[in-house]
Amino acid sequence: MSEAIVELRSVTRVLQEVVPVTLVRDIDLTIHRGEFVSVTGPSGSGKSSLLYLLGLLDLPTSGHVLIDGEDTAGFSPDHLADIRLAKLGFVFQFHFLLPEFTVLHNVTLPMLRLGRLGEKEIRERGMSLLADFEIADQAKKRPEQLSGGQRQRVAVARALANDPPLILADEPTGNLDMRNSEIVQGIFARLAAEQGRTVIAVTHDKDFADSAPRNIHLVDGRIESDVKR
Amino acid sequence: MFWRVSIGIAAAQLSHRRRQTIVSTLGVALGVGFFVATSALMSGSEKDMVQRLVDNAPHITVKDEFRTAAPQPVFAAYPAGAVSLSNTKPREYLRGVKNHGAKVEEVSRQTGVIAASALTGTAIVRYAAKDVSAAIAGIDPEKERFLTTIEEDMRQGSLMRLRTASQGIVIGEGMAARLGLGMDDLATVVSPEGIVRRMKIVGLFRTGNLILDEGQVYMLLKDAQVLLDKPFVANRIRIKIADPDMAEEMAADLESRWGYRTESWQEVNRDFLGLFVVRNVITYSIVGAIMAVAAFGIFNIISTVVIEKRRDIAILMSMGFRGSDIQWVFLVQGVFVGMIGMVMGWMLGLVLLQMLGTVEMTVPGLMDKQKLPLEKGLFQFGVGGLFALVSAVAAAWIPARKASQVRPVDIIRGAT
Repeated sequence: MSEAIVELRSVTRVLQEVVPVTLVRDIDLTIHRGEFVSVTGPSGSGKSSLLYLLGLLDLPTSGHVLIDGEDTAGFSPDHLADIRLAKLGFVFQFHFLLPEFTVLHNVTLPMLRLGRLGEKEIRERGMSLLADFEIADQAKKRPEQLSGGQRQRVAVARALANDPPLILADEPTGNLDMRNSEIVQGIFARLAAEQGRTVIAVTHDKDFADSAPRNIHLVDGRIESDVKR
Repeated sequence: MFWRVSIGIAAAQLSHRRRQTIVSTLGVALGVGFFVATSALMSGSEKDMVQRLVDNAPHITVKDEFRTAAPQPVFAAYPAGAVSLSNTKPREYLRGVKNHGAKVEEVSRQTGVIAASALTGTAIVRYAAKDVSAAIAGIDPEKERFLTTIEEDMRQGSLMRLRTASQGIVIGEGMAARLGLGMDDLATVVSPEGIVRRMKIVGLFRTGNLILDEGQVYMLLKDAQVLLDKPFVANRIRIKIADPDMAEEMAADLESRWGYRTESWQEVNRDFLGLFVVRNVITYSIVGAIMAVAAFGIFNIISTVVIEKRRDIAILMSMGFRGSDIQWVFLVQGVFVGMIGMVMGWMLGLVLLQMLGTVEMTVPGLMDKQKLPLEKGLFQFGVGGLFALVSAVAAAWIPARKASQVRPVDIIRGAT
C-alpha cells in the first residue's frame, strides 16, 4: 500500500444542540493514495458528516484529521481553506454551480482563486476538463440551460480544476436518472483507476457502492464494516 | 487576478437584482446630488456674504474710544488694598484719535495696507420743508475707493468730484428721493453744533442697503471738521489690508499699541459668521440623514443578497475560498452601488446647479434682483462622493462580515 492521504484518529463530532447529537463516534480510518472508497449506511448514520470531516469542512469535536500526513488540528479557517483549494475537490448531490456564471467560468473559479496559472492556461484547462466529460460544447451556456447529468459533470470538472489528489463526493448520483448515474459512476471509477486520484464517495446506490474496491459501512456514527475487495 | 473574480461575482449578483440595485443606487445619487447643490448654494452665499462684508467696509477700524474705562489711580496705588469707590466717572478726554495723521502714515508703510483718517458724526440734511437726519462721513475720496465699495455703487457723479466742487456732498438715491433733490442741487446741512452749510450734491449712490442709501452723507474730511466744529480732528482710522484673514490679528496688535478700540471686520460681524457655522451644521445633518437612508437601502440589498446566496457562499468556501474573499465579494457590491450612486449623484448635482443658476431672487436687505450665489467647486463633489463611498462601505460591511462567517457545512448539511 502506498502512503496515507487522509487519516482520522479517534475522531468524534458532537453537534452542540439543546440535546447534543453525536454525528460520528471515535472513528479511526486511514485512506491511501489512489483508493476508491464508497461510504454507505442508513440515513443519519453519519456518512455525510464523516465526509465533511475528511474534507475539512467540519472540525471534529475531538480527535485528529491528517491530510497528507499533516495534522490539521488548530489550523486557522484560512489555512483550512487553502488546503481545500489545492488538495480537495468536492462533488455534492446538488451541483451547486453559480447560476450567474457560464459553465466554463464555474469550472475555472477554483483556478482563478488559486492563481497558479495564467488566464489563458486557465481557460484552456477549463475547456479540456469539459472536453474530458464531453460537455465542451456547453461551455458558454449557463448552468440552468443544462440537464441534470450535464450539470453534475460540470461539478466534477470543477472539483478537478486545481488537480487535487483527493475527490470527495456526497451522493453524487443521488439526483440523477439511471443513465446519467452510470456515466458519473464511470467517471469516478476512472478518476481513481486511471488518474491515480483518491476518491471517497458517500452513496445510497448499491451498484455504485459495489463498484468501489473498498466499502465502509457506517451505523450510528461508527464504522460497522470496512471491506476491501 | 482574484480581484477580477470577486468583482465578477459581485457584478453578477447585483445585476441579478437589478431593480433593488437601481433603487439603492438612486438613493445614494439623490444624497450626493442634493449635497452638491445645497452645499454649493450654502458656501456660495457664505462666500458672497463674506465678500460683501469684507469689501463694503474697511477691514479694520480704529475708533476714538477705549474698550474699558481707565482704572482709577487709587487702584493702581494700592493694588492689594481694600479700596472701594462708587459713582466714579471716567476721566473726560478730548474726543478724536490723537496724531491720526502720523498713525495713518505709520500703518500705510506696510505693503498692501491702505489707511485713511475719517471724521464721523450726525447732521440733518434739509431741503425745502423736509429734513432727514444723516450720518456724516468726512473722508479722503482718493482712498475711499479702496476702503469701501462706494465708488462702484455711484449712479451719478463721483466721489472725486468732492475735490473739484466746493462744499460738495455725496448722498444716496434714497435720501435724494425723500428730499426731492437731484444732482447739482443745493441742500442745507445742519450740524448739532449749530453750524449750517449749503452744500452741493456732486454724486448719488445706491448700494442696496437702505440704511446707507437713505442716511449716509459723504463729504471731504476738511468740510466735516468744519461742519462738526472739530478742526484737525479725526475719530476713525479706517484700514484695508491685503489679506482680510489677518485683520483680527492686526487689529489686536494696533489696539495693544495705541490703546484705542480697534475693530476688525470679523469682530463687527461675529454674529453673521456664527450664523454660517449653524448653516453648515444644518446642511451636513440633512445630507447625513439622506445618506443614512441611502445606506439603509444598501444594507438592505446586500443583506438580501447574502441570505439568498448562502448556498453559493457555502460552495465557494468548500472550494477553498476564504472568509475574507467572500467578505470582499459583498464589500465590492457596496462599493459598486456607492460609486455608481456617486457618479449619478454628481450628474444630478450638475443639473441642479444648472437649474439653480437660472433662478433670480431678491436677497433681503438688497433691492436689486440677484442670481443665486453658487460656489461650483470640486470640494462639494469630492465631499459628496466621499459621503457616498463611506456610507456604502459602512452599510455593506455588516452583511459582508456576516457572509464571511457562514459555516459552509451548516448549509450543505441542510441542503442534502
